[in-house]
Amino acid sequence: MTNWNVILNIAKTHLLTKIKQTATAALGVTFGIGAYITLVSFMTGLNSMLDDLILNQTPHIHIYNEIEPSKKQPVATYDAFKNSFNVVHSIKPKFSQKKIHNALPIINYLKKDENVKGAIPQIKSSIFYIAGPIELGGNLTGIQPLDEAKLFNFNDYVVEGSTQKLHNTENGILLGAGVAKKMSLTVGDRVQISTIKGDIFPLKIVGIYQSGIADIDAIQSFANLKTVQRILGEAENYITDINVKLHNIDVALPMAQQIEQQFNLTAIDINTANAQFETGTTIRNLITYAVSVTLLIVAGFGIYNILNMLIYEKMNDIAILKATGFSGKDVQYIFMSQAIIIGLVGGLIGLLIGLIFTNIINTIPFETEALPTVETYPINFNGWFYIIGITFAMISTFLAGYLPSKKAKKIDPVTIIRGQ
Amino acid sequence: MSTVLEAKHINKYFKKPVLFHVLKDINFKINKGEFTSIMGKSGCGKSTLLYILSTMDTDYEGELYLNNELVTNNTRDQLSYIRNKHIGFVFQFHYLLSEFSVLENVMLPAKKLGEKSFEEIEHDAMQKLSILHIDHLAKKRASRISGGEKQRVAIARALINNPSIIMGDEPTGNLDSHNSDNVFNIFKQLSDEQGLSLLIVTHDEDFAKRTNRIITMEDGKIIS
Ligand SMILES: Nc1ncnc2c1ncn2[C@@H]1O[C@H](COP(=O)(O)OP(=O)(O)O)[C@@H](O)[C@H]1O
Ligand SMILES: [Mg+2]
Repeated sequence: MTNWNVILNIAKTHLLTKIKQTATAALGVTFGIGAYITLVSFMTGLNSMLDDLILNQTPHIHIYNEIEPSKKQPVATYDAFKNSFNVVHSIKPKFSQKKIHNALPIINYLKKDENVKGAIPQIKSSIFYIAGPIELGGNLTGIQPLDEAKLFNFNDYVVEGSTQKLHNTENGILLGAGVAKKMSLTVGDRVQISTIKGDIFPLKIVGIYQSGIADIDAIQSFANLKTVQRILGEAENYITDINVKLHNIDVALPMAQQIEQQFNLTAIDINTANAQFETGTTIRNLITYAVSVTLLIVAGFGIYNILNMLIYEKMNDIAILKATGFSGKDVQYIFMSQAIIIGLVGGLIGLLIGLIFTNIINTIPFETEALPTVETYPINFNGWFYIIGITFAMISTFLAGYLPSKKAKKIDPVTIIRGQ
Repeated sequence: MSTVLEAKHINKYFKKPVLFHVLKDINFKINKGEFTSIMGKSGCGKSTLLYILSTMDTDYEGELYLNNELVTNNTRDQLSYIRNKHIGFVFQFHYLLSEFSVLENVMLPAKKLGEKSFEEIEHDAMQKLSILHIDHLAKKRASRISGGEKQRVAIARALINNPSIIMGDEPTGNLDSHNSDNVFNIFKQLSDEQGLSLLIVTHDEDFAKRTNRIITMEDGKIIS
């Protein structure tokens, strides 16, 4: 038989007469929850921004021909040595082409798969940029500019000019920003490139490409698929890489394995290729929760402290309540509800502060070369964080209130009354 | 005459610091409407006995009956309820909740009992306060009134649930003679006019002489 009206009324009176200490304890919770909301919204915002970056710009499956030694050396196929132990020294890679055999039928086959959003060809080639007597080594990749822009947000990387212009200009090139800087070239200029075989071609610069990674921008350029085929003197079916984008990223791994088996090619799925990003996400989450839990433990100790102090001060009140018929449980509830009120009020204000803070952060400009599409600090607004936050606050204040209130429950009124 | 309170063969020992037989075979009855005082030298065990009779102390041997029902070995929650409903206690040191108003202090045990509506409780509390001539203090903070007034508030609080018996442990011990008289007159009036049973520990010879019956204790025994 618990009369909550009376219990809450006593709890309220205790809290209000100790308003300064109450406010301090609640402020501890406010800081903990505010920091949690701010941190978790910012960190997960960062995570999903980085993930999106990877997901949007990286092929979900990358298919190419790996140059590697034969898994089965010729000697193993020779019956005469079947039962002997064969040692082969200095194994060389098997002679094979970089070209994907039957690339165009494979692309058509992939495009028909319902899991596939798009499959587009690329040609990777090594070339030299020629500036007077200087030859700079580099990579020229042949692409289908409009498809790249559509499927892999290629436009985000083109800082001057456009993919559309590349598509329209047969001898056009999107020059890497580092290359352009080294050779003092800008859009509209011409650049000469030389193949490994020594053939020289002049190309017109229609745009500048910048990935944000200096090492790549210092060597990498892009041209139309056909242009690269012509430069290399190869036929129209010469393709070295196929990039696949899926509707659902989860099927990337099984599909990559299936492609490897079916076509005898190398197929890397996005999760295998970007395993380190998963680690980064995990660590950021770990930091967020470690910091928040630490703050809440500190806040919990604050509540534990104030309740202990309050119970010490209110010994006489506790004795009189028990003498006039309040049970140990009633007294425990009085102090538990004080802890819970502190936690609830502090927690709710913390949520509010978190909301305000994240909204402010969300408007702070954040411009970096590496992330051309991002303008302000990323924030992930997610209702779950608020539910977790207030649950967190309630649990920690409950624990902090439990021990002191248990002590209050056990106080023997006779000892107190005798002590006077 | 019905019995309100009965003690049968009550013995109590303190085990620390040394084994000490503080109450020795206490037997007595309090009848309904009786105004009884307990006297005895300091340290003879009066308070210890009163804590047992008020059910706050459960560490004793023997049997305790309230309204002819055995309360010994009841659970703590049952005892809380008994204290709340049937026993009013007045201490030497007023023991009010200092942050609450006088009225709230008086109402608290009735709110805990929860048998009446807020309005009824408030009405009862005001009535008890006016019996004790302190209704004008109702809205004052309990910490802002004089010692004699505090003790009268404590009596009003002890009365609020219309208990079977009021117990007091030297309720006038801390008051000057004027206020002592005042408190005694209140007890006497409650006993005469409302037929209330009272059991009051006192050092005050004059006080004791004016009650219906005096129980005298010595060294943990009742001697008369
Ligand atoms: N908690 C305790 N532990 C040991 N001895 C106690 C305790 N409380 C009281 N006493 C002793 O018991 C005796 C009776 O105490 P008390 O009932 O307070 O006496 P009175 O109220 O008659 O003055 C005293 O000698 C006192 O010292
Ligand atoms: Mg005493």
